Amino acid sequence: MKALLALEDGRTFPCKSFTGQGEASGEVVFNTSMTGYQEILTDPSYYGQMVTMTYPLIGNYGVCPDDVESDRIQVSAFIIKEYQEFPSNFRSKGSLADYLIKSHVLGIEDLDTRALTRHIRKSGAMRAVISTTDLNPDSLVEKAKAIPAMEGSDLVEFVTTKKPYFWKYNQPDYVDTEAINDPLVWRHRGKRHSVVAMDFGIKYNIIRCLEAAGCEVLVVPATTDADTINRLKPDGIFLSNGPGDPEPLTYAVDTIKALLGQAPVFGICLGMQLLGLAMGGKTMKIKFGHRGGNQPVKNLDTGCVEITSQNHGFAVDLNSLDKESSVLTHINLNEASLEGLKNDKIQAFAVQYHPEASPGPHDAAYLFNQFAKVMENAKA
Amino acid sequence: MPKRNDIHKILIIGAGPIIISQACEFDYSGTQACKALKEEGFEVILINSNPATIMTDPETADRVYIEPVTPETLCKVIEKERPDAVLPTLGGQTALNTTIDAAKTGIFEKYNIELIGASIDAINKAEDRELFRDAMNKIGLRIPKSGFATNMTEVEQVSRRIGFPIIVRPSFTLGGTGGGVAYNAEELSKLAKAGLDASLNTQIMLEESVLGWKEYELEVMRDHADNVVIICSIENIDAMGVHTGDSITVAPSQTLSDKEYQKLRDASIAIIREIGVDTGGSNVQFAVNPENGDLIIVEMNPRVSRSSALASKATGFPIAKIAAKLAVGYTLDEIPNDITGETMACFEPSIDYCVLKIPRWTFEKFPEAEDTLTTAMKSVGETMAIGRTFKEAFQKGLRSLEIGRSGFGADGKDPEPGSVAGNDLEYKLGTPNSQRLFYIKYAIEHGMPITMINELTGIDPWFLFQMKQIVDLEKQLKLAGRNLPKDLLEQAKKYGFSDRQLAHLSGGLTDKQIEQERKDLGIVPVYKLVDTCAAEFRASTPYYYSTYETECEARVADKKKVIILGGGPNRIGQGIEFDYCCVHASFALREEGVESIMVNSNPETVSTDYDTSDKLYFEPLTREDVLHIVEKENPFGVIVQFGGQTPLNLATDLQKAGVPIIGTSPESIDRAEDRDQFQAMLDKLGLLQPENGIAHSYQEAVGVARDIGYPVMVRPSFVLGGRAMKIVYDEKDLHEYFDLAVQASPDKPVLIDKFLEEAFELDVDAISDGETTIIGGMMEHIEEAGIHSGDSACVLPPYSISQTHIDEMADAARAIAKELNVKGLMNIQFGIMNDKVYIIEVNPRASRTVPFVSKAIGVPLAKLATKIMLGQTLKELGFTEEVTPSYYCVKEAVMPFDRFAKVDPVLGPEMKSTGEVMGIDKDLGAAVAKAQFAAGQKLPKEGTVFISVQDKDKQAALPVAREFHEMGFTITATKGTAEFLGENGVPAKRVKKVSSGRPHVVDAVKNNEIQLILNTGASSQTQQDGYEIRRAAIKYKIPYATTTDGTKAICSAIKAMKREALSVKPIQHYHQDN
Repeated sequence: MKALLALEDGRTFPCKSFTGQGEASGEVVFNTSMTGYQEILTDPSYYGQMVTMTYPLIGNYGVCPDDVESDRIQVSAFIIKEYQEFPSNFRSKGSLADYLIKSHVLGIEDLDTRALTRHIRKSGAMRAVISTTDLNPDSLVEKAKAIPAMEGSDLVEFVTTKKPYFWKYNQPDYVDTEAINDPLVWRHRGKRHSVVAMDFGIKYNIIRCLEAAGCEVLVVPATTDADTINRLKPDGIFLSNGPGDPEPLTYAVDTIKALLGQAPVFGICLGMQLLGLAMGGKTMKIKFGHRGGNQPVKNLDTGCVEITSQNHGFAVDLNSLDKESSVLTHINLNEASLEGLKNDKIQAFAVQYHPEASPGPHDAAYLFNQFAKVMENAKA
Repeated sequence: MPKRNDIHKILIIGAGPIIISQACEFDYSGTQACKALKEEGFEVILINSNPATIMTDPETADRVYIEPVTPETLCKVIEKERPDAVLPTLGGQTALNTTIDAAKTGIFEKYNIELIGASIDAINKAEDRELFRDAMNKIGLRIPKSGFATNMTEVEQVSRRIGFPIIVRPSFTLGGTGGGVAYNAEELSKLAKAGLDASLNTQIMLEESVLGWKEYELEVMRDHADNVVIICSIENIDAMGVHTGDSITVAPSQTLSDKEYQKLRDASIAIIREIGVDTGGSNVQFAVNPENGDLIIVEMNPRVSRSSALASKATGFPIAKIAAKLAVGYTLDEIPNDITGETMACFEPSIDYCVLKIPRWTFEKFPEAEDTLTTAMKSVGETMAIGRTFKEAFQKGLRSLEIGRSGFGADGKDPEPGSVAGNDLEYKLGTPNSQRLFYIKYAIEHGMPITMINELTGIDPWFLFQMKQIVDLEKQLKLAGRNLPKDLLEQAKKYGFSDRQLAHLSGGLTDKQIEQERKDLGIVPVYKLVDTCAAEFRASTPYYYSTYETECEARVADKKKVIILGGGPNRIGQGIEFDYCCVHASFALREEGVESIMVNSNPETVSTDYDTSDKLYFEPLTREDVLHIVEKENPFGVIVQFGGQTPLNLATDLQKAGVPIIGTSPESIDRAEDRDQFQAMLDKLGLLQPENGIAHSYQEAVGVARDIGYPVMVRPSFVLGGRAMKIVYDEKDLHEYFDLAVQASPDKPVLIDKFLEEAFELDVDAISDGETTIIGGMMEHIEEAGIHSGDSACVLPPYSISQTHIDEMADAARAIAKELNVKGLMNIQFGIMNDKVYIIEVNPRASRTVPFVSKAIGVPLAKLATKIMLGQTLKELGFTEEVTPSYYCVKEAVMPFDRFAKVDPVLGPEMKSTGEVMGIDKDLGAAVAKAQFAAGQKLPKEGTVFISVQDKDKQAALPVAREFHEMGFTITATKGTAEFLGENGVPAKRVKKVSSGRPHVVDAVKNNEIQLILNTGASSQTQQDGYEIRRAAIKYKIPYATTTDGTKAICSAIKAMKREALSVKPIQHYHQDN
């Protein structure tokens, strides 16, 4: 079915929908991972975005319920070069098209995705609309211009969990919101590290990795206040990844400020940006972001390079941080940007990339054990 | 960690001659490494016996030893050079094996030499299956159930434990020689014996079969700081059971989810660490059970490999160059990524296209060999194709193969629909073979369900479905006929259909009409960049592929530029020599400030390295694909005379389309090819050629042959490498031959020449600017006329030709060059019989011997020829005098007979060699000896020589036998030869022919009682006895000769060896001596 992609700067791409009729809007970004489309689709950090895969053939291995990173598809549309309607893999439980259709998410193909990627690289990530019903370039470009910008928007409220949950049988085990007022809510207190994970759009694999590192994770809504969390006497606090701009999330920054120093803190991606803000730093939008599974990050402690999975469009401004207390721990090898920081005084550390991978390489998985170690040391 | 400064002089070991499983890729990797290390200021020493390589150019390394890559020679070079370090991981299995053997002598400890790249321990751990298995078990990875056997009793014990089918893998071999799959005890016994023979340490591994499992490869790199990155994943379309070198492969992997891919990635990293490859690249092969994802490690190569060359070309990431830098101390995060210029080499390439590699086989050269693919590699070359979709890359790859196909069928060359069906079809699908892809097409057309094709072939349904989509579109195109709607035409191009296929499917339109219609509709390809990063960063290196998309990224420069057309995939008759010439053309253009643009489809080569030319178009070499590039670039000229037959075949078409061909004109090339014109020219110049005629039918041929008189040489016109060429002794022979020849070249007639029996044959390479002609070199063939020049050993300068004849040939060459207005290179084959000089063939283009001659005389002929094409004269270039070396250079051909069971290893007019080596010495015998060793013939200094020659060769063999006797060798011979020798005073022990009962000569070979075999074959048909002996020679690696002249040469070589130990000397010093 004919479709049109229109960018806010006026460029349009005729294409085809492989998921039937629809219209979608959001910020267009590109991801350079060659595998892992289902993890990407379900990653809450992509909320409000239309993701272009730079690898041209997508759908090859179908979809599998085990590969989701949240309870639903999060992207607002999916843009690929050639949809593969004949999936082949022993784990496949269905086709990508059916999966998207079931969730009413638009999938388009048959456009020059490399041209689109180059355009974003040069002009930055931008707002766009895709439609199968309105094929008029002018009107579609106007629609694109009318979408609220990502900067300044709180997108976390759309993805954070409504109810707290533990992790059981490889899925969320919800508890009542009031239950977390009781410090005895922990089921494995003393046997595992009790970790409160603030959910700004957490990926399931982060929870799995924390659990594997000996933690019991209690995922709480982003708006949970510091008192509630402090009452739970957690061994550690985890700040999750999530979509969009950290700056409007003042409530979260306030909570984190109040928690710093109370227990060891570990943050990933948006979690690091929020930690940066809480420590008095600034964040900024970067041109087209880092999205893919091949970003080299150097660990300044060991001198070793980790190939990392990344997904962010905002970053902490290195210069805005207090050099005394904030130590740079990881840098991006390609452009020497901030990838990790720590503050030993308050036992907080965070990385901009995704050690939980999924999709992507496992090189940085050690960070979860490092968090466990910090919590152990804090107890001792 | 920055560059090490405790080492200064590094010795790099090359891979030696091109053989099946070791081709141009090791010239590519070796050249990259030499360049990288020289750039870093190291003194680079190289040993490699292959003259057709760029790496053995005197400019590539500080001292280049064109000497045999053997442990003995390596030790000699080490003693002479005393390098600080040896880098053994860039010259393939040959370099590794040579290093291991040299290490056993203790030479590395003796001179305190460090092995960089991989230690002996690491090499052993990866190469020795038992050590490897232990290592894998240690890190929790599975390898197939297996066991080792060193004799047949053990084979039986182990096989009982494993159960059939069983894979037989000899330890320490190339491309799995001697390996195979056994389905029953009888087959196992056969394969196990062969495997034990082929193994360097008489050990084989019997392995649980994972036939039908999916096969993957990952290219891994590691540095001193233990940083590890994956450069590329490769998925084999052919399931386990077909050697990866014979598999059609695709990059990146297509049917793995991220979870599964990361499992392979984690395993690869664990493996390179456990094996202990300190720095550099490795290749890990996996088998994955398609039913449940079970993972098995197949093998690991602790070195740069064929797959890493492919991975380099597929991603743009220069693995060999980086490996060399890592070996001298750099870490990955210190080395910039040349392609982007702004990022570092420490990352994992992301690609936004699909890459296909398709092997090129030459079963047509070995009719006795069965066209089936197994775990022993048989292909001689490969093409790579890049597209935005699998379908596009797939069809581009098929039309790059130079097998006369324009894509996935639909080109008028498929058999009648329905003619291939039933059991035959199922057999062709179930038994891997070189044509299987096309049988898949027929099966799809026949309505066979994908599930069934998958069951028969083991090929993942994903790939089969891609093929089905192509077939389905073909049906639509056929239905549309001449009225091709725009969107259908557009889709066809996106699916990789060529204009030729579309013309065929239209049922009446010509290629050109399709082309016109397409262009009128604005459907033309765009060029996209191979940039390692899927457009995330700006790329600075212009490495392009075509596709049908909207945005073109080709940066067309407004300056003088020249396009060089490469040679496509290696095949017998067209190999690395032509790539060498193309690369030199590119270097020359750069020297002249002209933009060089390379077009080629061969991923193994130096020509397709991203920094060889100013621009690289990785494209099929067809009229359509080349014209698109010409239209985009609008070059000053196109060079067609360096890439062998592939670009030559395009020359006329390109010229007709208005493309400026520079150098010798296509008309002149035709004039030398066209019989009548050629005859007229020779008549005009007063030159002789063997009596000849042309026949368009068998009847005509009979007449012509009668007129000329037998023996005659028959061949189809316009072929390279002597395809289907044969010496015919009588009418019966002629009749047998004729069908084959017509098959070999459908609309071309058959040429019949008087065969110059027992004549001297010479190859002459000359260079001309149209006015001045300089002889580059004259090479006297060691073997008599009738052996294809590509298979014949030859000597430069001639050693037994009179000055009168030499002058006569030079004069003839000059006259012909002038007459043809040759601008560039020319090759002439001469025959001398009864004091008369005959012109056998003239090729006004670069020949196979250009690199050999260039190395011999120290003059880069291809470079000079390029400058001539740009308008310079030889005088301006300062090459006005012929160079006659004061030493002998011997070229010896390397044959692939060990790869093809059943094939009789005799030489003839059809070329069969895959590669060549060079031996240089001031003494002819020593030069021959070096060439023999380099070609893998371990000439003995003592022991027993077995001589068996046909009657007509007996007189010629007598003095040779006498010499061996006088040198102290024992002579054994079969009855007739022994009696003849005895009567003439040379004592010979008698041994039985195979047909005369046991113990016979092959038993003697097996019992290690014979050290050298001299056996001449029958003229027109394989004699069973001779055949058995020759096959035994190959199997047991006994040096052998099959011609009397070859026999004499070996005799002189052994004499030289007995006189004095072979020495080593760099090519630069030879050139200085001149």
